Order: sequence, then structure tokens, then C-alpha cells
Amino acid sequence: MNALNGPPLSRSRAALAGAVALAALALPVLGTPYLVDVGTQVLVYVMLGLGLNVVVGYAGLLDLGYAAFFAIGAYTTALLMVQYHVAFWATLPVAALFTAISGVVIGAPTLRMRSDYLAIVTLGFGEIVRIAATNFTFTGGPEGIYGIPHPTIGEFVLRSPRAMYFLAMAFALLVLAGSYNLARSRLGRAWLAIREDETAAQAVGIYPVYFKLMAYILGAVFAGAAGSFFAVKLTAINPSSFTFIQSVTILMVIILGGMGSLPGVILGAAVIVILPEALRGFDRYRMLAFGIGLIILMLLRPQGLWPSRIGQIERRAVALSEASAAAGRAVDTASTPE
Amino acid sequence: MQVALQQLVNGLTVGAFYALIALGYTMVYGIIRLINFAHGDIYAVGAFVGLSLYGLLAALRIQNPILTTLLALVVSMGFTGLLGVLLYRVAYRPLLHARLSILISAIGGSLTLEYGLFLIYSPSFLVYPHLFGRAGPSFGSVDVSWLQVVIFVSGLVLMAALYLLVHRTKIGMAMRALAINQDAARLMGVDVDRVIALTFFLGSVLAAFAGVLTGLYYSQISFLMGFLIGLKAFTAAVLGGIGNIPGAVLGGFLLGILEGLAAGYFSSRWKDVVAFAILIIILVVRPRGLLGERVVERM
Repeated sequence: MNALNGPPLSRSRAALAGAVALAALALPVLGTPYLVDVGTQVLVYVMLGLGLNVVVGYAGLLDLGYAAFFAIGAYTTALLMVQYHVAFWATLPVAALFTAISGVVIGAPTLRMRSDYLAIVTLGFGEIVRIAATNFTFTGGPEGIYGIPHPTIGEFVLRSPRAMYFLAMAFALLVLAGSYNLARSRLGRAWLAIREDETAAQAVGIYPVYFKLMAYILGAVFAGAAGSFFAVKLTAINPSSFTFIQSVTILMVIILGGMGSLPGVILGAAVIVILPEALRGFDRYRMLAFGIGLIILMLLRPQGLWPSRIGQIERRAVALSEASAAAGRAVDTASTPE
Repeated sequence: MQVALQQLVNGLTVGAFYALIALGYTMVYGIIRLINFAHGDIYAVGAFVGLSLYGLLAALRIQNPILTTLLALVVSMGFTGLLGVLLYRVAYRPLLHARLSILISAIGGSLTLEYGLFLIYSPSFLVYPHLFGRAGPSFGSVDVSWLQVVIFVSGLVLMAALYLLVHRTKIGMAMRALAINQDAARLMGVDVDRVIALTFFLGSVLAAFAGVLTGLYYSQISFLMGFLIGLKAFTAAVLGGIGNIPGAVLGGFLLGILEGLAAGYFSSRWKDVVAFAILIIILVVRPRGLLGERVVERM
């Protein structure tokens, strides 16, 4: 996992990353089934966080309905496996295709909007998908779909918590490798350019709508993969897993961890899953403590637990951009209360 | 036609709630560019504090429904307004320059309020006093209750008062100046922190008003009641053009009416889909909302 943050990695961070990798490998061997299951949940959020990170962290587009793509992936796999007896592996490309299409459907008409409006449109899209899943009969209504078969490799059925953990790990590593390479590809550099200064990016020949759409599609496909895994892991899915709160939770993963930073996403996923689990002893006070904990975390570390290095360089440049932003705000009079 | 009129009346009532809550979203957004996720829960707090007041007054044997309602409204609005200011001071002020962190802090605030209510009051629905019956002025075959009339009229009065405050007073001028350029406003001697705190206070006061009246209207409340209505009210604010006060009012009523019609003619199960679909269509056709002005997003 050393390669996550590029070569010049500080020693303490390298040690931490090594410890995390060791823990991740030791968990299925030494952990109880409960702990392994918690680990699998962390990995699901790692996948989702990495996918949303492409949209929010790389391309700088706020998405508040990301759970919709997660839902589309999960329902595609579940329906194909239950209704048409398709093998799990064969459902993956279909899920990818469907989520990619839905990424285009929601992205194409909306990407020219102001970012805050984009946020609310994605929120609306997320709600529409969830309500549609609740109301249609072919999605099983509020009960959802159950009896989803376990995936198989040859004769071997992936059923035990440990097997699911390794499957999740494989998915997460694939998504991780994909994100890592994306950030360093032509696409990744174009996203960075758009995020930092769209006008300048356009001036050097980057067509923002195309690249934003690519971010949407790739982010959607990652969420779809996570959804496919989620369906076979739980063997039953229903709309309550794909609420607005789910979208917000995934967003919290990447903001907690530090925007655009891959180790940050992993750390954020761990905190989001483990913190409420660890607070189970407090039972009634659990969610209250979680809410207060979020505020305190943000007050203490507004840049996230493990900010990306690009983010740190940005902050040094903030002092410079502050002046131009002030000039910009003078022109931006649209939000005056009338 | 009768269905349409009936749904119009219901839509105007619900729309008044949306509009009152949307004003809080739009003012805060206009000034510090924050989607205040906790605002829906502020509204819920308003409803619960109102319920406590009704309980207290009943224990004191004050029975007059109008007097108790006025007292419940005033105390709830005052308390909730101060809570809004507290939320701003604790959770938002230190993060004013970290756009996404402040959003997470707002979500944390939302959870804190929700589960604070959960612990203090009850995990299940609570019943509001049933003070006003279904009677009302007669409009042929359309049912209108006096409560609906009161909600609609008092809502409009408050909205008009807010408009006058923002446009006709010195403090309102400071708010508008702040929305345009915070640094320039500070240089002109505006106490930026106080004006932002006042904005939170006003938004929370309006939300609390809506909270108590929804309690009376639906006669039950729960600790999660602010979530969906908060989402819808924010939708309404965006629909009208966020940052714009008449826009929030227009968006709120429009959303209420469209939802009412969708529930009447289509199916109430799909009414939220209709609301969000209309929002998406309007934003695609007119990306700055109905009353929003043209904006250059980035310079």
C-alpha cells in the first residue's frame, strides 16, 4: 500500500500504511466472524468512497445522490441472479453498463449547472431512484429482493464471512488500483485542471463537459461494482439501504478522510464503519455521540484525517487566490437576498 | 375540478411550511454559501419545544387555545432562534472557509439535534394537542379549515415582515451587503459575525413557527420529522433561485401545490418523485431557478 500516496512518503505515514495493510491481512485469519464482517463493511465503504472520490475529489463535482448508482448496481445483479439465474460474474459487466448509462442520463443535462444546483439535482435523482425501487413491483417494492445466490468460483461457493471478506478485498483493490491510475492519467490531470480553474482549463483546450461526464460515468461504475458485491454479500436488498443518508455517509467517508486522498478514503471508511460499531455499547446515545463526534472531528481537522498532498499545496496557494476570489465575489451578485 | 381545488388548498398549506423553512435555507446560503443541513431539524426542535409549552400550560390550567398557541409560538420561536445561533457559533463559525468540512459539520449538527430530541423526548410519534377542529369558511364543496387559513395568512405576514426587514432596515442592508462581498462589508464597518448570527436567528425563528403549526396541522410529530421536509424546503429554495427571498416563497408554494396535485391525480406514493422530477426539469431548462439572476460561477 506504500504506493498509494506517490514515492515521497513520510516515514510515519509509510509505517501507518504498512500497519493497516498488515491488519487487513491478519483480520480474516485472527478475527471473529463479527470482526471480519465489520472489515467487509469497511471495504464496501472503501469502494464507494473511492468511486465518489473520482466525482467529488478529482473532478470537484458535489454529488448528494451517489447511493442511486450503488442501488442500480445492487438491483441489476440481484434481479439478474434471482430472475434469470445469471452467474454473479456475468452480472458485473451488465451492472457496469447500466450504471454507466444512468451516469450519462443524470450527468449530460446537468453538468453545465452551478455546482450547488448540481448537488440538489443529484439529490433529487437519488431520491427518485429510491422511491421508484420502493414503488415498482419488479424491484420487489419495500421488501426488495431476497434469496440472492452466493457467487461461485467453479465448485467453490463463496459463503463464509471470510470468503466474502476476500472477495470484497479483491473488489476494493481493483477499484483502488483504478483510482490510483486514473489520478495520474490524462483524465486525472484534466479533472485537476478543471477543478482548480475551469476557465483556464478551457483555454488550454480541455472540454469540461466531456471530462466531467467521464468522472460521472467512472464514479457510477465504481458504485455499481460495490452494489453488485453488496447484493451477494447480504443476499437480500431493499430500498432502505439506498437512502439519502447512505449518500451522505459515503460523502462523509471522503471528507473525513481528506478530499482526493486515497489513504484518506480508506481511513475515512474505517472511521465511518467502526466508530458507530464501537459506540454500540452506548446504545441509545450512539447516534448522538456520532453527530457530536463529526462536528468535533471537523473542528479539529477541517482538511480531513489524511489530506492529499495536492490539497496541502492548494492551501499554500489559498492566500494568493483569496485576493482574486474577493474580486470575483464582487461580480457574483446573484445570491443577494432580494 | 373539485379535486384540483381541494389539492390547491392543501398545497397552499403545505407550501406555506415549505416556504417558511426554505427562507432559512436561502438566507444562510445567500450569506455564507452553506447548505445548512441541520435546518430541518431546527424546525423539528421548534415543534417539540412548542409541545412542551402546551404541556406546561395545560399543567398550569391555562386552557384558552388561542392564548396557549400564541405563548407556545413565542417561546418556541425564541428558544429555537437562540439554538440556531448557538449551532452557528459552535459548529459553523470556525469552519467558514472550509466549504466541505462545514457541510459535514452541518450533517453532524443535524444528527445531534435529531438524536438529542430522540433522547429527550421519545423515539416514537408524539401527539400534538387537538385544539382547532375541521370547521372553516365555506367554499362550496372544498374543505378549508380555519387552521389552514391561519397558517396561510400568518405565513404570508411573516414572509412579508422578513422581506421588509431585509430591504427596509439598516441591519437588512448589512445582510445584503454581506451576501455581495463579505470583505467589503467588513471594511464598511459591518459586524459580520453578528449579522450572520442574526441570519441564523431569523431563519430558525421562521422554522420554529412552521414547526409548531405543522404539529397542530398534522397533530403528530417525531424526532425525524425535519429530515424530509428539510430536503423539500431546500428543493423549494433552489427552485425559486437560492439566495433570493421571494424566490424561496414562490418555490415553497409551487412545490406544495405541485405535490398536492400529484397526490390528488396520480398517487401519493409517487408525489415525491413528481416533486424532484419537476425540480430537475426546471433546473435543466432554467439552471438558476425561477427568480435567480444570471451568475458567473467562477472568475
